[in-house]
Amino acid sequence: MNASSPRTIAGYLPIILPAVLLVVFFVVPFGTMVLTSCHENSSFGASETTLTLANYQRLLSPFFMGLLLATFGLAFGVAAIAIVIAFPFSYLLVNAPRATQICWLIFLLSILSLSESITGFAWSTLLSRTAGISNFLVFIGFIDKPASYTPGLAALVAGVVYTAFPYAVLVLYPILSRVDPHIEEAARTLGMSPLGTFFGVVLPMQRNTIVTTFLMLLVFTLGTYLMPQILGRPQHWTLSVVISDQALVQSNIPFAAALAVFLVIVTFLILITVVQFGRKERA
Amino acid sequence: MISQVSLRRIAFSLLGIIMAAPLLVVFGVSVNEKKSLTFPPQGFNLGWYGDLFRSSDWSDAVLNSAIIAASSAAFAVVIAFPIAWFNWRYRLGWVKVVTTIGLAPFLLPPVITALGFLSFWTQAGLYGQYFTVIVSHGIFLVSLPLVSLTLGFSTLDASLPEAAATMGADNRVILRTVVFPLVRPYLISGFAFAFVVSLNEYLIAYMTVGAVLETLPMRIFNSLRYGYTPAMASASIFFVILTIVIFSLVARFGDLPKLLGAHTK
Repeated sequence: MNASSPRTIAGYLPIILPAVLLVVFFVVPFGTMVLTSCHENSSFGASETTLTLANYQRLLSPFFMGLLLATFGLAFGVAAIAIVIAFPFSYLLVNAPRATQICWLIFLLSILSLSESITGFAWSTLLSRTAGISNFLVFIGFIDKPASYTPGLAALVAGVVYTAFPYAVLVLYPILSRVDPHIEEAARTLGMSPLGTFFGVVLPMQRNTIVTTFLMLLVFTLGTYLMPQILGRPQHWTLSVVISDQALVQSNIPFAAALAVFLVIVTFLILITVVQFGRKERA
Repeated sequence: MISQVSLRRIAFSLLGIIMAAPLLVVFGVSVNEKKSLTFPPQGFNLGWYGDLFRSSDWSDAVLNSAIIAASSAAFAVVIAFPIAWFNWRYRLGWVKVVTTIGLAPFLLPPVITALGFLSFWTQAGLYGQYFTVIVSHGIFLVSLPLVSLTLGFSTLDASLPEAAATMGADNRVILRTVVFPLVRPYLISGFAFAFVVSLNEYLIAYMTVGAVLETLPMRIFNSLRYGYTPAMASASIFFVILTIVIFSLVARFGDLPKLLGAHTK
């Protein structure tokens, strides 16, 4: 590099133009949303004159407490199940032949990017009475007649874990691929079994990784929107569902905005914790 | 003692079956002879796939999704490329702020971006315009090409542009003849990732233009609520295959493990 900064104003254009676009289309809408959350709802949308905290006071209602329980209960449950499956899986994956790794990565990336309307539909079909696994269970003589397992909490958890698992693997995969293979070799030479090496060496070494992946999974699960509507019952609806419901069906954008601001703050706190853990790791 | 290789085979087959099961059932449902969602399918009929392109409510949805995905992925790349390049070329501290803003929409739950855009377009008097969903998706997806291009630039040998500069090439010539060809695979994969995610995105599209047009994910969700038909299963399988093909191409022409940040041993 011969210059540490552009010599002319025009040299700054490549950064200024995209920055302006991001400000206009992300920072401004975001700011508008925060502002809207402090307005009363009126038939013309948000009323312009008075600022109020009434929308935030509603966050103390029992309705909201139930919503929090549903949202974070689901997020914690799904994150825990996903990481318990994904960690050993990713460990096996980074040690697998390269062709196997690539096949799995393509498959997992595809599942992760599939629309929730597709994965939700797939799970509701898999758990339905007419097309679902219960027919298979009848076939092998496990149960007497086909049954429907959806909608319900178990169906919802299964569906969300299905997309959270690929996400967890894609977070863990690059980190585990950097682990020095000599450490495990040393443990094996010293007479530890493969399982012993995994539980006694790999797992404790990756404690921080597991915590940060768990937190990333929480954020990921907080975004789930269609699954609770397809596979769950109304009492399983999460913050994301209620925010869009308030905005589009109840036409109460200010309250939706207050809920969204709350969601941003929670997400932000989780991400800050992730960054802090990352710093500790490097130090 | 069970070896790691056989343990891996067992675990991978088991998880492979579980992960594929919902999609296999949807595939079975999609080839039903009659208009019912049963599995195992009764009869065999690929006609529901033809419906995707023949019947206008499905083909319109496919077309909308394709147009929105292609243009918003292009928009995302156009924003991300100069940021990644500038960051690599000058390494100024404050540029990191721009990068962070670029990454933010994708890190937050999508409902935040969706609601932000809903009130923004409404107040700008543009709610429901076709282009609003393209801009919204583009901003939401900037982080994908931004991450892949930043990775791409970081793999460049710093002495390459220096050598070009000593021989008298200016910024623009270096960018076109030396830098661009080297980061092209990262640019293409960034585009591909953004394309696939936009193709499958529901919430932001629904909250910006949901009242006036339908994308395929919306069409599937709507038929889930208002009348099941095997066409929704065939539409799902069509998107599953399309998604797998695009990622396979990325893996074929680029180093997928490296793109995902892995350290290749």
